[in-house]
Amino acid sequence: MTDNAGAWVPSARQVERDRYRRRRTRRRGLVAAASTVVVLGVLVIAVVSAPGWDRVQQTYFDPAMARESVGPVAEAFVTNVELFLIAEVMILALALVVAVIRVAPVPALMPLKILATVYTDVLRGTPTILVILLVGFGLPALQLQGVPESRFVLGLIALTLSYGAYVAEVLRAGILSVHPTQWASGRSLGLSYATTLRLVVLPQAVRRVAPPLLNDFVSLQKDTALVSAIGLVEALRAAQVITQRNFNFTPYVVAAVFFIVATIPLARLTDWLSLRAARRDSGAA
Amino acid sequence: MAFLSVRQVRKRFGTNDVLRGVDLEVEAHEVVCLIGASGSGKSTLLRCLNLLETVDDGVIELDGVEITDPQAAVDAVRRDVGIVFQAYNLFPHLSVLDNVALAPRKVRGTPRRDAERAGTELLGRFGLTDKADAHPDALSGGQQQRVALVRALAMRPRVLLLDEVTSALDPLLVGEVLEAVRDLKREGLTIVMATHEMSFAREVADHVVFLDDGLVVESGPAEEVLTTPSDPRTAAFLARSLRTGEKRSGFGTIAG
Ligand SMILES: Nc1ncnc2c1ncn2[C@@H]1O[C@H](COP(=O)(O)OP(=O)(O)OP(=O)(O)O)[C@@H](O)[C@H]1O
Ligand SMILES: [Mg+2]
Repeated sequence: MTDNAGAWVPSARQVERDRYRRRRTRRRGLVAAASTVVVLGVLVIAVVSAPGWDRVQQTYFDPAMARESVGPVAEAFVTNVELFLIAEVMILALALVVAVIRVAPVPALMPLKILATVYTDVLRGTPTILVILLVGFGLPALQLQGVPESRFVLGLIALTLSYGAYVAEVLRAGILSVHPTQWASGRSLGLSYATTLRLVVLPQAVRRVAPPLLNDFVSLQKDTALVSAIGLVEALRAAQVITQRNFNFTPYVVAAVFFIVATIPLARLTDWLSLRAARRDSGAA
Repeated sequence: MAFLSVRQVRKRFGTNDVLRGVDLEVEAHEVVCLIGASGSGKSTLLRCLNLLETVDDGVIELDGVEITDPQAAVDAVRRDVGIVFQAYNLFPHLSVLDNVALAPRKVRGTPRRDAERAGTELLGRFGLTDKADAHPDALSGGQQQRVALVRALAMRPRVLLLDEVTSALDPLLVGEVLEAVRDLKREGLTIVMATHEMSFAREVADHVVFLDDGLVVESGPAEEVLTTPSDPRTAAFLARSLRTGEKRSGFGTIAG
């Protein structure tokens, strides 16, 4: 800022401060690492030295079984990823429509508003597994024209319906949290209701609810396994088949590892976004 | 006939009669200051003028056209009547320039390049050239209010409504914003502003209107209303705001 900014040399005191901070950071890192090693070590020793460990290892952590199941499980896991990616887009679209219908002060939308409210109330209250069973077996049983028969599509519909209700509520909360003066500012400039919503309010709302939204998607990622209930071959189902053939649970553990690894990037992204949002709110960013 | 004419306007919120038959005339190129205690209805009146609130009775006419007509083209009226609020004005997710260029582009259909060029020019006039790419949260309060002014001006309104645009600011920033308002007056814009800055009202206003409990108690030339008020309620209000006003280290020194 000042004219001699380029010529600025840190004072002796500042140099000492920086040195102290570096030392402190290093010390904290060492303490964190040491305590992690100790705690994990104790845990591992406790588990491994437990009387039943040998049996547990054989049934859950059998290396040969793991090698045998990794291929089929990985192949089936592609279905989970597809389910997740497509459902995510459909959920966002459905949730956006439902949230906007619920907040828009348009009298003509009244029947839709009632429908949207009933939808969120019912689907948030119904366990996802039940929705999957009802849609997966119920829809085709109606024998209506145009009802899809593919289990993949039925699973997709069920997940979308179930998660759409949650995500709609998250979005609605975000829209309502935008300060009313933002609406007034948009409208007072002559922007229409729809334009104000789209260009002024929604961007702020989405930014604000991004962390809880991503959290819902982390949860969706693993709930794709629930679709196995209607017989779709995905990772869990594939693992189940091998398990039942060999009376060994290692394939389940392998499947679990796939799910965990897949959710970690999203979880870290959520952390990072929350942190950034918190920083921005405190005015530091 | 007056450029902006308000006749017997009433507004109530629930059982609270906020405006109880307000009359107000504003000539073109005139600056009118609304003064009055907190809760007297200044903001509500301004919001009615911009159609952000629907009046419960009475008539508002802009250049001979009744805008309180339920069939009036609301968005068209708002294009002509700009408003700047006390706070939370700017769109926090957009840069300063985007804040300014958004409405011209979306409402007037101005191409982005033209809207941005005009916006940049306006920002320059208010000393904000180097802030064009900044986001609102990186600006001081006074800078934010000046951007809000610029954004309203970018729509080339025929009337500008200002609702206590300085009440959240420290005296130095108050001077900054008021200087901008003074410029606009010089250019002949019609301005209606609610304010607590009595010394500024005295200096810049052609007319001062004193609102008390939802009624215009007194109105007239600034000098007259502010120095020799005829109504005891005006006198009492002025005496009160003068006492508190002096404690604010005086805006007069900055304006001078
Ligand atoms: N949307 C609303 N709903 C209910 N009551 C309201 C609403 N807006 C304003 N009021 C009430 O109207 C009255 C006048 O409010 P208004 O904001 O117009 O006052 P003001 O003169 O601008 O005050 P200040 O100087 O504090 O800004 C207040 O009693 C307020 O509580
Ligand atoms: Mg007010």
